[in-house]
Amino acid sequence: MKKFINKTDDILAESLSGFTLAHSDLVSLNLEPNYLTRRQKASGKVAIISGGGSGHEPLHAGYIGYGMLDAACPGHVFTSPTPDQMLAAAEAVHAGKGILFIVKNYAGDVMNFEMAAEMLPFESATVLTSDDCAVINSTYTTGRRGVAGTVIVEKCVGSLAETGADLQACKALGDKVNGHTASMGVALTSCTVPAAGRPTFDIDDTELEMGVGIHGEPGRRRESMREADAIVNDVVHAILEALKPAAGSEALLLINGFGATPLMELYLIYNTAARLFSEHGIKIARSLVGNYTTALDMAGASVTLCLLDDEIKQHWDSPVHTPALRWGV
Amino acid sequence: MNPSFIPNAAIAIQNTILLHESELESLDRAIGDGDHYINMKRGAQVIADLQQELATLPPDAALNRIGMKLLSTVGGASGPLFASFFMAMAKVIKEKGDTSTSTVAVAFAAGVDSIRQRGKADAGEKTMLDVLIPVAAQFTAMAAQNASSEEICTALVLTAEQGMLATKDLIATKGRAAGLGERAIGHIDPGAKSCQLMIEAVCKLIK
Repeated sequence: MKKFINKTDDILAESLSGFTLAHSDLVSLNLEPNYLTRRQKASGKVAIISGGGSGHEPLHAGYIGYGMLDAACPGHVFTSPTPDQMLAAAEAVHAGKGILFIVKNYAGDVMNFEMAAEMLPFESATVLTSDDCAVINSTYTTGRRGVAGTVIVEKCVGSLAETGADLQACKALGDKVNGHTASMGVALTSCTVPAAGRPTFDIDDTELEMGVGIHGEPGRRRESMREADAIVNDVVHAILEALKPAAGSEALLLINGFGATPLMELYLIYNTAARLFSEHGIKIARSLVGNYTTALDMAGASVTLCLLDDEIKQHWDSPVHTPALRWGV
Repeated sequence: MNPSFIPNAAIAIQNTILLHESELESLDRAIGDGDHYINMKRGAQVIADLQQELATLPPDAALNRIGMKLLSTVGGASGPLFASFFMAMAKVIKEKGDTSTSTVAVAFAAGVDSIRQRGKADAGEKTMLDVLIPVAAQFTAMAAQNASSEEICTALVLTAEQGMLATKDLIATKGRAAGLGERAIGHIDPGAKSCQLMIEAVCKLIK
């Protein structure tokens, strides 16, 4: 393993400190329990809190700020945060209109946020994101996993919350955006969890993992490496199969890098995916390309399609000012 | 119950987890996401560090302290699941006011039941419950027949091992391996393996 590390045990704290220093105009950090908040506490709105294992940066702390999150709780690498983090974060950002948790659908995250919600002295609701359509047979799962589509949910719900909308309205929009969104990822290499020190899974130079999760969990199947168009074609079809969009639908297309795939390739993927979706009658009206939900140092990418209606489009377009997403301000 | 029993069990659990590092890591790499051993090690370490404090507490308070500590340190799925287990055990022991074999059996079963509820899972889903549910059932049955601690421990070690081995042929429907479908067949579940190891370590301490 070759990584920029001083001591394995210190990676998280040192990285969070650097993040906070780099974005000191936007965020503040509390250590033990670990949580980050907006530098300036918002008032008169539902407080939006997300969190999850670290290693997916900029998810979630990179989305703290005006128009998106009020706080984020980072866990250890690929490990859910603990309820005391959520409770302390909620205490810090609660502004009298309740707490909305945005949680990616993984057993650990769900359980820890559930226990936090049970102990919380404020009104709360939870949006579970589950945009990963990779896993074919849903009877064998606890439901689809939450992946890069979470960014779109956080953006839209964050925008609505700024208008002073109530908790139930924010939850309803989050659930709607999640239902309009599907993603699928492909890995070309494994990631290496620093504390483990070696790759999470073995994959040959001639292979790819179709439908990989953002922790390097296996997906649909192991395949032989092919040219990009053929790979993207399979991903696009899985997404069309999951969303079954009507011809003429408008959509947001997000090409997300997993950490070790260059932007040059992400734009190549965008080129193919946009063409294929257009051929199926989808109008790509908005786009986002870059590393937004990573899996440490995994090479690979995911494609996310979110079907837009006027409400979702309005909240996607509204101003946002966070370390990782900024427009309109 | 000897006041040193719970801290000793904590040390025995830590030892067995550390001893099986490579086995747990490779099981999790095969069908999980690679953090199981790290989380188990972190949990075992923080509880072992509580050794002196645990020796001063009555059993129910010691178990509750373990649960709360795990809840705030481990994270992942194991954190809330093991925390629920110890807090549910503590509740039964506190209510019954003793640590007789039959009380501990009831408490253990209550702990397993809380894992079932928190994880919304059951036997046959390729999780730790494939070890814990049969062990709890046998513990309860043998305690009701007034079996000795030695007999119970011998039997539970075997039952735990059978439950662990049986996960090899199951398709995962809960936990991180759930996305794998039939590809998980042929691999032992790492959570089931950890539970089997911990049960074995504590039973050996009693025998």
